[in-house]
Amino acid sequence: MNLDTVVARPNAQARPVDPTPPKISIRDLDFFYGKFHALKKINLDVAERRVTAFIGPSGCGKSTLLRTMNRMYSLYPGQRATGQIMFNGRNLLDSGIDLNMLRAKVGMVFQKPTPFPMSIYDNIAFGVRLYESLSARQMDERVEWALTKAAMWGESKDKLKQSGMALSGGQQQRLCIARAIAVKPEVLLLDEPTSALDPISTAKIEELIFDLKNDYTIAIVTHNMQQAARVSEYTAYMYLGELIEFGATDEIFLRPRRKETEDYITGRFG
Amino acid sequence: MSAQYSRRLLANRFNLAMSLVTMAFGLTFLLWILFTLFQAGFQALSFNLFRQMTPPPGSQGGLANAIWGSVVMATTGTLIGTPIGIFAGIYLAEYGARGWLAPVTRFINDILLSAPSIVIGLFVYEIYVFRVGHFSAWAGSFALALIVIPVVVRTTENMLRLVPDSLREAAIALGTPQWKVIVMVTLRSVRAGVITGILLAVARISGETAPLLFTALNNQFWTSNLDAPMANLPVVIFQFAMSPYKDWQELAWAGALLITLAVLLLNILARTMFRQATTK
Amino acid sequence: MHAPMMQTAADALPTIMGSAPVHPMAGAAKMPDPDQQTFNLQDAIFRWVARFFAFFVLAILLGIIASLVYGSVPAIAKFGLGFLVSSEWNPVTEQFGALVPIVGTLVTSAIALLIGVPVSFGIALFLTEMSPRWLKRPLGTAIELLAAIPSIIYGMWGLFVLAPLFADHVQPWLIATLGALPLAGALFKGPPQGIGVLTAGFVLSIMVIPFIAAVMRDVFEVVPPVLKESAYGLGCTTWEVVRNIVLPYTKAGVIGGIMLGLGRALGETMAVTFLIGNAHRLTVSILAPGNSIASALANEFTEAVGDLYTSALIELGLILFVITFIVLALAKLLLLQLAKREGRKT
Repeated sequence: MNLDTVVARPNAQARPVDPTPPKISIRDLDFFYGKFHALKKINLDVAERRVTAFIGPSGCGKSTLLRTMNRMYSLYPGQRATGQIMFNGRNLLDSGIDLNMLRAKVGMVFQKPTPFPMSIYDNIAFGVRLYESLSARQMDERVEWALTKAAMWGESKDKLKQSGMALSGGQQQRLCIARAIAVKPEVLLLDEPTSALDPISTAKIEELIFDLKNDYTIAIVTHNMQQAARVSEYTAYMYLGELIEFGATDEIFLRPRRKETEDYITGRFG
Repeated sequence: MSAQYSRRLLANRFNLAMSLVTMAFGLTFLLWILFTLFQAGFQALSFNLFRQMTPPPGSQGGLANAIWGSVVMATTGTLIGTPIGIFAGIYLAEYGARGWLAPVTRFINDILLSAPSIVIGLFVYEIYVFRVGHFSAWAGSFALALIVIPVVVRTTENMLRLVPDSLREAAIALGTPQWKVIVMVTLRSVRAGVITGILLAVARISGETAPLLFTALNNQFWTSNLDAPMANLPVVIFQFAMSPYKDWQELAWAGALLITLAVLLLNILARTMFRQATTK
Repeated sequence: MHAPMMQTAADALPTIMGSAPVHPMAGAAKMPDPDQQTFNLQDAIFRWVARFFAFFVLAILLGIIASLVYGSVPAIAKFGLGFLVSSEWNPVTEQFGALVPIVGTLVTSAIALLIGVPVSFGIALFLTEMSPRWLKRPLGTAIELLAAIPSIIYGMWGLFVLAPLFADHVQPWLIATLGALPLAGALFKGPPQGIGVLTAGFVLSIMVIPFIAAVMRDVFEVVPPVLKESAYGLGCTTWEVVRNIVLPYTKAGVIGGIMLGLGRALGETMAVTFLIGNAHRLTVSILAPGNSIASALANEFTEAVGDLYTSALIELGLILFVITFIVLALAKLLLLQLAKREGRKT
């Protein structure tokens, strides 16, 4: 297998060789917070059923990039994006895109665990009820499935009626992951999912990601390089809104093409 | 698109439309009331308002004694209530970290802030008017002071709390006694905010009728004797508006306009002062 | 002179800033200093003065309760608990009962909340979720202006503008439609006079809207954006986010705001006095005139002859104060609970 990683040119087109077509193709993406040019001509592909990690120092735009993929930024006036993000044959940045449906297919987990103010059961069922009419038994099954997939079933099966906010931080985050999976999305966007958690919870969630990538395309933003190295197949290194280098994780970490990448990875800054 | 999804979108659109309707509801009534007030009030405005006294029904007159009375009592009430309010606010912000007095006072103060002002009037009647045997502008001023106090306490405390501890520490590190730190450094730094609070309190009492009903009562004539009943705009408006006499009703509208203009002006003044102070 | 200075500062620090840092010189021997003692005296006096005025606020409350109770004694002695349920009100025979004013107070406040709460919710929703950024402040200020307008203006506007409108158009329509319903119809019977319980309640609703809407808006705005984004992230519509996430999250604050509005409505005097009709009659129909505690006091207190009449009115005032106090205290507790939770989270 020859790994044709990206050439060390700024704003280069990323072309990882992978038999499956990319799930999300980003072409010439620019992003603005008002007048501030936050993302500059991003080009990359997010491979299907693989984990793509985004790393870089604070403020490099990795979370911004993640949030374009489910148009989360559209909630806020003054934030806009130009370019193309192709997903299932359509450009997400088109004005005609149905945002609710998009978000049902592209799920997101946030840095801070955000259990809804309802029971554990309802937290999971909430999203499902939006789009499907399941019988009570089917819903029970779905809830159990989602919690199992998130490695939470054992810990929560006896307290499904308790408030989601009564769980520990790591459990809450896994609940959020279960909630995101329960609606059966095609893509999962994880925005620094473990940075607010303790090492044990972090390890559990990394195991989870390993398991989930069999079924979902995952894009994960992390400031923890070791985490990126552990869980992802592809890594994108970003700096000041530009995609500096993108390629197979092994290549990025062992044989980075660009000096900036190497400096970051070796901890010389950031 | 499934039926369920279209239902959801419809519900969303409907509820957001309803919120727009409620917003329009609020704005409509605001504009309607102000419009009515300005229209009816302007018609009755004239310089005589400030030159002539309140007339008996059927004759011409003005509101001079009522305006004067309101000004006198509002000023007196503010002068009495403000120091009390400021000191209590200082206690809550600067000395209130330990003990039970501060939390309890704060709690009570917030309740007094929204308490029915007619009960305040009743209270002053009981402890003062009844004892001295007659209505008076002093009683009216006390009642107004009791309304001023909670407002000033609240704003003073909130303003003082905004002052960063580093400022206090810097003053203390110079060896300044605590009371001077409070008066000359902390309080001074939020002077504008505290004045804003006082202005808001004045705006509030300018429109209050109920506390004056059984304290200052009313007076057909001009008086500067605080120990006797004194005319005031709100009670005059009450009397005139509820009467069947056209001239009186017109005067009532004029008085209402005057009060509202005063209140609005004070509010605007307070806000601009506050904005200037906090954006420095 | 630094060590002695630190002694006063060390006294001051715990009160201002919680815990006192240990100064290296704190344990050193302190020499009595005459200047130092003057400072201490001034500080002590100032502190006691401030303390006194804080007590003063407390005393106001206790004074109100005490004086009202004292003034009510003759009426309490004569009528006892029956005062609360009697609808008699006869100054001539000196028979008084609080039922009509109490019912009037409660009914007008209920109408005020029935109309005011949904409208306030809609306004808060608009201000937080729908309004363009540049419009938020002006709209918010406009709503706050509703609170600044003195209540006597509301009374006058209600009497001269709204009441005739109600009498000519709204009330006949209500009588024709809702008045024809089997059970509820009894609420809407009688001549369309314009003034009455309904009109008073309606104007009251406009008056409480700014208070409730302001509290709701404030608590809606502190919902963590990431929580709302989590719901949007699942594909929720804006309404679904508000209904399922924002409202439950701000439950305590919303209820607190509503109770604050209730407290205001209960005590409102002038607007109600202008519009309620001052009739000591108990009727089922809300189109009929009635009385509230505040309006009875406003209308009758200065004319009341006789100790018993006055005392009965004061007892009314006591009842009003107790009800309002309880409602406002509950509101405050709820809002404090919400603030504490916010504090814990941040």
